[in-house]
Amino acid sequence: MSVLVYTETEDGKFKKAAFEVASYAKEVAGSDEVVAVSFNATDTSELGQYGVSKVLNIQNDKLSKFNAKAYADALKQAVEKEGSKMVVVSQSANSKYLAPLLAVHLNAGYASNVMATPESTDPFTVKRSAFTNKAFNFTKITTDIKIVGLSQNAFGLKETQGEATPEDFSPELQEDDFSVNVESVDKAKDKVTIADAEIVVSGGRGLKGPENWGMIEEMADILGAATACSKPVSDMGWRPHSEHVGQTGKPVASNLYIAVGISGAIQHLAGINAAKTKVVINNDPEAPFFKAADYGVVGDAFEIVPKLNEKLKEFKEKNA
Amino acid sequence: MKILVCISHVPDTTSKINFTDGDSKFDTNGVNFVINPNDEFGLTRAMWFKEKQGASVDVVNVGGPETEPTLRKALAIGADNAIRVDTIATDGFQVAKQLAKVAKEGDYDLIIAGRESIDYNGGMVPGMLAAILDANFVNNCISLEIDGEKAKAIREIDGGKETLTASLPLVIGGQKGLVEESDLKIPNMRGIMQARKKPLNVVAAEEVTPQTQAVKFEKPAPKGDVKLVDSDNLDELIDLLHNEAKAI
Repeated sequence: MSVLVYTETEDGKFKKAAFEVASYAKEVAGSDEVVAVSFNATDTSELGQYGVSKVLNIQNDKLSKFNAKAYADALKQAVEKEGSKMVVVSQSANSKYLAPLLAVHLNAGYASNVMATPESTDPFTVKRSAFTNKAFNFTKITTDIKIVGLSQNAFGLKETQGEATPEDFSPELQEDDFSVNVESVDKAKDKVTIADAEIVVSGGRGLKGPENWGMIEEMADILGAATACSKPVSDMGWRPHSEHVGQTGKPVASNLYIAVGISGAIQHLAGINAAKTKVVINNDPEAPFFKAADYGVVGDAFEIVPKLNEKLKEFKEKNA
Repeated sequence: MKILVCISHVPDTTSKINFTDGDSKFDTNGVNFVINPNDEFGLTRAMWFKEKQGASVDVVNVGGPETEPTLRKALAIGADNAIRVDTIATDGFQVAKQLAKVAKEGDYDLIIAGRESIDYNGGMVPGMLAAILDANFVNNCISLEIDGEKAKAIREIDGGKETLTASLPLVIGGQKGLVEESDLKIPNMRGIMQARKKPLNVVAAEEVTPQTQAVKFEKPAPKGDVKLVDSDNLDELIDLLHNEAKAI
């Protein structure tokens, strides 16, 4: 038996989420083998450090762009070939897209937003987040094959000594696998995404206008963080919709979330609750965000943020 | 074009989340239920297709009689017919199977569901539904145009967006962006009056074995108080973030 993981790549290189699902699978697999499936990865050896012993690296030009249907079909064939009883995927936009398709094809039960290793393996029960981070839900998967969608940053990375042996694998793909055609991908290069970021710096209406985002971007630059914003800010078109975090926007599960000039509406807090440490900078000490935050500074963002940026720069230089 | 919009009946955002029966069930006491926000964006987009392209729009929910006011609200917003599959929703797979039966029988061209419900956050029903129907599927859909048998959709990806084309039938996992928040329709009196006369068909559920089961709920541990740092002492903030939170 083996545990199969879908290890995602970006331009041929593994994403942090890939190492996280591998670390998790190794922990759960015990003495069983962890087998990774990757698409067009340039170098698979790195996976060995996170407990993967075999990599089915699919080399196929038709799969150079993510395609949920085709990727799900390839993963299904890999699971069948390996006889895996458990599949672990991340909760990136792409993994969330393909996991339900894979679940139906494998007749497997799927638990999303999983927060930890199983509570018990017989019955197989996992803790997942629900009610937009306002509660946890213990879910039992009763099917023979089980799919776990592991929340970002929920398990972290665990390094081991080991070697990942690459193996050629060419799944048989059908024309129908490509019935949804990817016409174009529009993605900011060299920019940390909210989903991958360790730190997210976010601005709200308190910043008064899009022209004042320079200091937010500067802080993000210093910290290697992603930039985000509150809903009113994206509704007014100050920032792109893809930066909106909150219940109807993107979820945040980073290690650190810094909110500048965001009052903390319940819908916003719901979306960022999974961030481990939350900092708020706001001139209104009554802002609801102070109740949700770990650290807070009351005061004018236009004074505090530039000063903080200088200090962060010094800190980074000292700790580089 | 025949459109089916899948409606999830969920507690509104401001609801207090509590559990009963030994933390095994969501406590609906005093909770106000609404159309799932992600579904509402899709419903409004469906209304656009109705007005501009002459589409017919049906709405469907899998649930008990208590969900009917939510379906009536969808009718008041402008849907033509409502269908309620009469069973308690147990897991994403069971719901997807019930929806698939309605979708097959109604021979719909476009099925719009929300990317996830704001209660269980499963995020699996639209994809499972598409896979069961063997229909095309676009998740996290933030823009959708239909021209005859062809659909052009934009999907939000991590750090950007992607443009996709596919032929109908198509299943969409929709979200904000399909329409803007300001375009969401609030039912007017005329709509509410008309909705009372529109058909709401209750259909029997199919026998489905669920694949997962929610056994227990738990609330997060209460959070400690915020530590306030003086704005003249930002070194302390950096120190706390570095040494205490280990976040930088």
